[in-house]
Amino acid sequence: MRPFSYQRATDPDMAVQALGAATAANNPLTQAAAQPLAGGTTLIDLMKLDVMRPAALVDISPLASGWSAIESKADGLRLGALAKMSDVAAHAEIQRNYPVIANSLNLAASAQLRNMATLGGNVMQRTRCSYFRDVSYENCNKRSPGSGCAAMDGVNRMHAVLGTSDQCIAAYPGDFAQALIALDAMVEITGRSGMRTMPFADLHKAPGKTPDIETTLQPGELISAFSIPGRWPRSLYLKARDRQSYEFALSSAAVALDVQDGTIRDARVALGGVATVPWRAREAEMLLKGQKFDDGLAQRVADAAFADAKGRQHNSFKIALGKRVVARALQQAVTMEVRS
Amino acid sequence: MTAAAPEPKANMGHPVPRYDAAAKVTGRATYASDMPLDNPAYAFLVTSAIAKGRIDGFGLDDAKAVRGVIDIVTHENAPKLKESKLFSNGGYAGTTIQPLKSADIAHDGQIIAVVIAETYEAAREAANRVKVSYTAVEPSSSFDSPGTTTAAAKGQNAQFKEDPEAGDFAKAFDQAEVKLTASYATPTQHHNPMELFTTSCAWMGDNLVIYEGSQYVYGLKNGVAEQLGIDADKVRVVNPYVGGGFGSRGSMTPRTAIIAGIAKRLNRPIKLVPTRDQGFTIATYRAETRHEIRLGAGRDGKLMALRHEGAEVSSRPDAYCVGGTKTTTRLYACPNVSSLVSIVRADRNTPGFMRSPPEVPYLFALESAMDELAVKLNMDPVELRRINDTTVEPIGGKPYTSRSLMACFDEAAKTFGWSQRSPQPKSMSDGDWLVGYGCAATCYPTQMAPSAARVRLQRDGRTRVEIAGHEIGTGAYTVIAQTASERLGVPLEKVAVFMGDSDLPPAPVAGGSNSTASTCSAVMMVCDQIRQRLFKAVMPGDSLADKAKETVGISQTPSTQAAKSDRPLDIEKAFDALGVGVVEEYGEWKPEGAPLDSFKAMHSGHARLIGGPEMKDKIAYAFGAEFVEVRVNRFTHEIRCPRLVGAFAAGRIMNPRTARSQLMGGLIWGMSSALLEATEIDERNARYVNDNLADYLVPVNADVPNVEVILLSEQDEQINPAGVKGLGELANVGTNAAICNAIYHATGQRIRKLPVRLENIEV
Ligand SMILES: Cc1cc2nc3c(=O)[nH]c(=O)nc-3n(C[C@H](O)[C@H](O)[C@H](O)COP(=O)(O)OP(=O)(O)OC[C@H]3O[C@@H](n4cnc5c(N)ncnc54)[C@H](O)[C@@H]3O)c2cc1C
Repeated sequence: MRPFSYQRATDPDMAVQALGAATAANNPLTQAAAQPLAGGTTLIDLMKLDVMRPAALVDISPLASGWSAIESKADGLRLGALAKMSDVAAHAEIQRNYPVIANSLNLAASAQLRNMATLGGNVMQRTRCSYFRDVSYENCNKRSPGSGCAAMDGVNRMHAVLGTSDQCIAAYPGDFAQALIALDAMVEITGRSGMRTMPFADLHKAPGKTPDIETTLQPGELISAFSIPGRWPRSLYLKARDRQSYEFALSSAAVALDVQDGTIRDARVALGGVATVPWRAREAEMLLKGQKFDDGLAQRVADAAFADAKGRQHNSFKIALGKRVVARALQQAVTMEVRS
Repeated sequence: MTAAAPEPKANMGHPVPRYDAAAKVTGRATYASDMPLDNPAYAFLVTSAIAKGRIDGFGLDDAKAVRGVIDIVTHENAPKLKESKLFSNGGYAGTTIQPLKSADIAHDGQIIAVVIAETYEAAREAANRVKVSYTAVEPSSSFDSPGTTTAAAKGQNAQFKEDPEAGDFAKAFDQAEVKLTASYATPTQHHNPMELFTTSCAWMGDNLVIYEGSQYVYGLKNGVAEQLGIDADKVRVVNPYVGGGFGSRGSMTPRTAIIAGIAKRLNRPIKLVPTRDQGFTIATYRAETRHEIRLGAGRDGKLMALRHEGAEVSSRPDAYCVGGTKTTTRLYACPNVSSLVSIVRADRNTPGFMRSPPEVPYLFALESAMDELAVKLNMDPVELRRINDTTVEPIGGKPYTSRSLMACFDEAAKTFGWSQRSPQPKSMSDGDWLVGYGCAATCYPTQMAPSAARVRLQRDGRTRVEIAGHEIGTGAYTVIAQTASERLGVPLEKVAVFMGDSDLPPAPVAGGSNSTASTCSAVMMVCDQIRQRLFKAVMPGDSLADKAKETVGISQTPSTQAAKSDRPLDIEKAFDALGVGVVEEYGEWKPEGAPLDSFKAMHSGHARLIGGPEMKDKIAYAFGAEFVEVRVNRFTHEIRCPRLVGAFAAGRIMNPRTARSQLMGGLIWGMSSALLEATEIDERNARYVNDNLADYLVPVNADVPNVEVILLSEQDEQINPAGVKGLGELANVGTNAAICNAIYHATGQRIRKLPVRLENIEV
């Protein structure tokens, strides 16, 4: 770890001012001199590993008083960015109306981490690629642009098969983001010039030629809330992993269906553990709309979801696995009991 | 009695709570790095980012500019140290690759610099700022890499004397009615004890105190003295508690003498706390292995031919090997046996002991093969073991001192519900899950080593036991206290035990599951010396030795008929007669058959373990049987193990509570080894990739919801006075095969390479 200054933000204004102060030295965001600190469960680890070396931490946890509300209304859900993963997962209305959200949070990390970690920090968590997290490997385009990618032909069992580029195959590790992207969530961003909202789907950026740029968030901007339109009682999150708990996804699927009289009116499919960013399988979803469900359809949807997948030495299995996970998640969603 | 404190059966002690339980749960137990030092400087390691090549130079300006940095030690200015030979060649070292000696790099993560600073934080920050330029050479990482060399273990490893054989394997295999040839593989694994590989060194003039988690304080003391070129009496190693060892702290690592040397030069205590990932490369590990097993049997299931070939990876300079054929060739009755162990040298650090070093990989192969043979014979795998059970090992024709293998199988099978198994693979399921049952035998050699002890008894019954044993979490304090309490007839609460200090009487390495057998035998002997002194004082002239033997306790009821004719000894009267306030005895115990120089070796930190297959005209093992239920998800192929049942017989069980805990931990470890644990090597550069506890997977509670341990009653008078067979390494041996056998039953798929991951399943 390297020395850094620590400041507690007492209000949002102060936070964004402090974070935006050194804007010039602040690009890209992942290497910004000033970083917001929420639960710290990603950031502090990366600082200890010498991967992130911020000169200043702005602790935003005091903003929780205004930024951690959970508001469930008939027309949608609003979640404060500083709400704790565990509080959101335990919320009765979320469990009833948005099971995919509750599941994705409950199946993530450990109870201790969920008690510390915030929703905002969760969606901003960084890849678990072992070469990214170990600075003794020189080749990491995400850490030092242009240096190459050690994972490409290295040990890459955990890496992505979708959304990769010839620069980076690091997987986006989080679970909750798949629920958000599936449900067309909007993200509310507070910056120095006020507040803006955008689709959550526009937050993360695939690596392309610039794997060091991970989101469209600008220095001095904070996520203050997420909002989800409508209700999705027929939704779930299926996660395949090496351990029964406390382990990242090898492959996961967030699915949400609106089924009326046996016909699928709306369908959402998002994939985790297999892509470089939170991944919405839009073309696959289209196959479901207006159809009656059967196993053959589930298979076609799964195939479509992975049509563009590219495996490498140790992670090719994720393609077949991912398809089975999608198909199974859809089957479960169709048959799940929904209380109205 | 509760599940955690099982009711003692015949030849079992009481399940008393741990001697150190309160200290541990309240955080009062002091581990090596908790020891206060007077004005210490802090060390942080810099380790190499290449596995082979040389250092061209360091860029230290940035690092030196960090406030509080005192010194940066590299090969250019490191204290000069003498070499220590590998422990198996009469030295103390776990590796002969000595860092900071030259610019050469022999393995990934080798120590290449030590930053010394006023604070841990400054040392760590400066270490991050050290720049190193290398000339890298392409390394050989493992079995299939170009540039490795392979040779038979026999002739290069002094502790591997013979490839066991009997009869005529080739002929018998050729003629066998049923044959099996199969290859198996096990991965690299790391111990990852909770306590990091810390070292603190403090000099007082010419005397050095080392605080370090060690499984062998006498070995470390003598080894460091040798490297520093000083008298071993000037070195003291202290560690009243060790935060897990699992073999990783059995032999000396290079870091200790380096830190001691720097502390001497700086004239200031130094504390080193390496990181978790550095622990993957500055200590030892379990090397990957490969096996080919050939079994030939009659239609009746009787083994006629067995061949076990094993290959193990080691470092370039050191011929470390575990050579588990000494066990696998003797486990079953089979007249025609051959075997071969070879060592493959690669650009790696030297591997070392890890919980049941030989038995884990070698029994995985044999017990998987036995299951495969049972399938070929269309026979219940338990029955195949019964048919080949034996009381005499086939290599030397020596009898087992005791062997409860089939009793364990029968008990565990009953508890597990083995009879509910439908033998056909893929025939059992539950919703999304294919269900499989599997079993395997487990065993571990019974070993002992010379040990000394000092016991002091006071007039009021207060007792102090001193022995340089090790509390590595197994319950050593507890069973030693129980032994003294029972032998002297004093209440347990009055017994204080002092361990983990090389100024105490020598005990052997806490390895090879010999500790309880050795230390308790020594403590028993010394307690008897005290009893004899007391008896002599009150009853001069009688046949006192016998009475002392037969009267259990000093002020308690005698246990045998002969002794009952006498009144128990009145301790106060005895002290009055002796005219003393304290009786203290020291004694040195050695197992039957120990060589003449045993006590000398004991004092100089060379552990001479005796037992297992290497006893003169007998052979001693503890046995067990393990049954597991495995579930494989039809859709995700996730593999889970919701139920583990093990039954074990290991001579006298000193304390059913601590014994159960060891065995339960072993079963969990075994499950972990089968399904989760593997250190991944990047073959391009021979470097470890998942060197942290988030990526090196071990089970969480949800992975082991149901683990049941059954302790069988067994009595063995031929092994040691305590009647104890070690059991710390017994339970994690059979589990690997049991799980793969269950996966076969669930899916019809035989997996011969560990760990088994979901991508290996094709349902
Ligand atoms: C061992 C382990 C296992 C885990 N397993 C899982 C898992 O299975 N599934 C899963 O989803 N996650 C898992 N995690 C990740 C965990 O969920 C995240 O670390 C956590 O959610 C991050 O939240 P935080 O509040 O602690 O974020 P911090 O660590 O405080 O912040 C993370 C990043 O987000 C930035 N940030 C924080 N808040 C905001 C904001 N409001 N606006 C903008 N930027 C912000 C920070 O600057 C930082 O860069 C695991 C973590 C660990 C350590």
